[in-house]
Amino acid sequence: MIGDYLPILFVFLLAAGFALGALGLTHVVGPRIKTRVKLSAYESGVDPVGPTHSRLNVRYFLIGLVFIIFDLEVVFLYPWAVIFREQAAQGPFILYEMLFFLVVLLVGYLYIWRKGVFEWE
Amino acid sequence: MGSADILSTLPELVLIATALLLLVMESAAEPHRELLAATALGGLAIALVTALGYGADGLYYSGMLQVDPYARFVSALALVLAALAIMVAVPYLRRTLEERGEYYSLMLFATVGMLLMVKAQDLTMVFLGLELLSIPLYVLAGFYRHRSSSNEAGLKYLLLGAFAAGFFLFGIALLYGSTGTTSYSGMAQAINSGTELSRVLTLAGFGLLLVGFAFKVALAPFHMYAPDVYEGAPTSMSAFLSTGPKLAGFATLLKLIAVVFAGTMVHWWTAIWILAALTMTVGNLAALRQDSLKRMLAYSSVAHAGYLALAILVTNYDSGFAMLFYLTVYVLTTLAAFGIVSLLEEGEESAMPGVEACKGLARRNPWLAAAFTLALLSLAGFPPTAGFLGKFFLFNATLDAGYLWLVILAVLNSLVSVYYYLRPVVAMYMQPGKNTSALPIPRMLIPALLALAVVALGAGFIPAPLVHATASAISAIL
Amino acid sequence: MTTALFYLFSIFLLGSALFVVLNRHPVYSVVMLVFSFANLAGIYFLLEAYFIGILQVLVYAGAIMVLFLFVVMLLNVSPERPRARWVPLDRWWFGAVALVFVISLGALLVRGVGQLPSARSEVPDGFGGITQIAEALFSRYLLPFETAALLLTVALVGTVFLAKRKI
Repeated sequence: MIGDYLPILFVFLLAAGFALGALGLTHVVGPRIKTRVKLSAYESGVDPVGPTHSRLNVRYFLIGLVFIIFDLEVVFLYPWAVIFREQAAQGPFILYEMLFFLVVLLVGYLYIWRKGVFEWE
Repeated sequence: MGSADILSTLPELVLIATALLLLVMESAAEPHRELLAATALGGLAIALVTALGYGADGLYYSGMLQVDPYARFVSALALVLAALAIMVAVPYLRRTLEERGEYYSLMLFATVGMLLMVKAQDLTMVFLGLELLSIPLYVLAGFYRHRSSSNEAGLKYLLLGAFAAGFFLFGIALLYGSTGTTSYSGMAQAINSGTELSRVLTLAGFGLLLVGFAFKVALAPFHMYAPDVYEGAPTSMSAFLSTGPKLAGFATLLKLIAVVFAGTMVHWWTAIWILAALTMTVGNLAALRQDSLKRMLAYSSVAHAGYLALAILVTNYDSGFAMLFYLTVYVLTTLAAFGIVSLLEEGEESAMPGVEACKGLARRNPWLAAAFTLALLSLAGFPPTAGFLGKFFLFNATLDAGYLWLVILAVLNSLVSVYYYLRPVVAMYMQPGKNTSALPIPRMLIPALLALAVVALGAGFIPAPLVHATASAISAIL
Repeated sequence: MTTALFYLFSIFLLGSALFVVLNRHPVYSVVMLVFSFANLAGIYFLLEAYFIGILQVLVYAGAIMVLFLFVVMLLNVSPERPRARWVPLDRWWFGAVALVFVISLGALLVRGVGQLPSARSEVPDGFGGITQIAEALFSRYLLPFETAALLLTVALVGTVFLAKRKI
């Protein structure tokens, strides 16, 4: 069984190897000519003034959080969908199980929607 | 899965529906905030009726939950506690203009967590219940978003709580590795028949689980967060923070030890002995030095956790009964005490009322002063209050089990605690205050004060009903 | 082969986890956390818990790390370079307490694991596959599953309430 996943490992190794290899190769082979201008913060434009890191707005965090919550919801939906056909033959209970789950999360969705998490301004 | 399962979780379902309804109400374009509290209380009332009346005892949800008289008793107590905590909160939130649906909704979710913990018959459910209790409390401790003390309380509680949850999960993982199951009955069978894979892993797992519980109920040395969190949180929330997790935590831990780990406890006596002795001593000595009422009550709650740990140490019928009796008296008394402190804040931003805020209260509000005195005397364990009876039952059960020195230490600690419990009483009755006008007492606070009177005085003079109720509840597990 | 992979993944996992804790630069820590999650997923695969392994990559290494990065950029701890590259262990007693705890727990674990039977039990067909997990999740573990919905909602409401500037 574990052997079935060996190709994935190979693809992973290939991808990682290609990325690292390409980076390493340019590092080793590529010509480097350092001049003062090239080493300055911007090759063209003006020198930066003050700290260059700008603080991210909390909105990004909220969107990220909402994404995770609904990502998890989908993760639970997937196994449910896999066994739905087989279980539904024995009665509708499997449907109610997921309905409860979805209704609870839907109220959360309604809450954040009404509180304006999706509005960007 | 069937209708019997659903019926067994009817109280939880009612609470969930109410909590969701509160969120919907809060999401309305112009929320009717004055209806929120009534809705939450209505949901709690229906849940209380269903918790006491509906469904047969037994195992439900493929052995995830067990309904028995013990679970029913603790559930009912938790529901009453949540209802009173909401009533204490209403005037406080209205006065500070922070009344919002989230507060009540999260309170109800936390209550569902408490119910699930006590009913749980599987460590998976205990953990989920614990998280469902804790996560709303992290938010609620930081509910006053514009007060830095409240933010600090929420963040401290969250960080340390998440840390403790890690211990808890690690413990569950080790127990699963050793016994191959997370269900109480399966683990008990493996441990009692000696078929677990490794006794060492079982013990280590229980130890980590104990650390997780010790954090939640604030046993020293895992109590460090408690004073800061209880002081910084909104006072109406401190009332619930210092009672709800203790109720659910001790009730669940006692059941877990009684049902599963009774055979291995011999290895843990020393550790729990030290925990209990340390907790009551640290709590009482630290409380002596506090001027802030909230901080004083916070350390007092740590000290009481130490007394309650005696019952965990002994875990027999007598101590279990004493623990339930003590818990009932403790949670209702502490809740009322915090409720009264929340009145003394007098609307000042981030005010932390000190002992001097009590000065002259007997003149301003004689009844309020009497209620506060009653709460403090009951916490100190003066006869004829129920606090005295609780301590008597608890120490007696511990003494019968042969822990003479621990009982001596506990009695000494109780004597020390009289000093700081009496300081506000002295201030109320013997020192004149600057302010002489009577504080308005909100009607919503009266049920909490009545509950205090019933449990502290009523159960002190006529203990039979409460003794009967707790005894029949505890006989379900011990 | 499996044993070698297990040790490889474990060493990477522990090493990157230590790096996460000890490094002062939050972004480096986050990247190493992704790496440790990937190694944990590898261990899940070795245990034939395929679905869990894939979830580990999708949810933790994917979604949750994005959130971590957002938090790092949101906090933006110090615009200038952090003073020290590694966490200074000058509060030596913290380190000492942690060390005592780790050593004693480690000793217990080593003893406990030594008591475990050495035979590797074969897992049944389809173990760790999505069908088996789904069947367990929607029958025996139904209640934990529904409780997870409550937890997600509480987390959603709680964070939005605390983090959103105007609500």
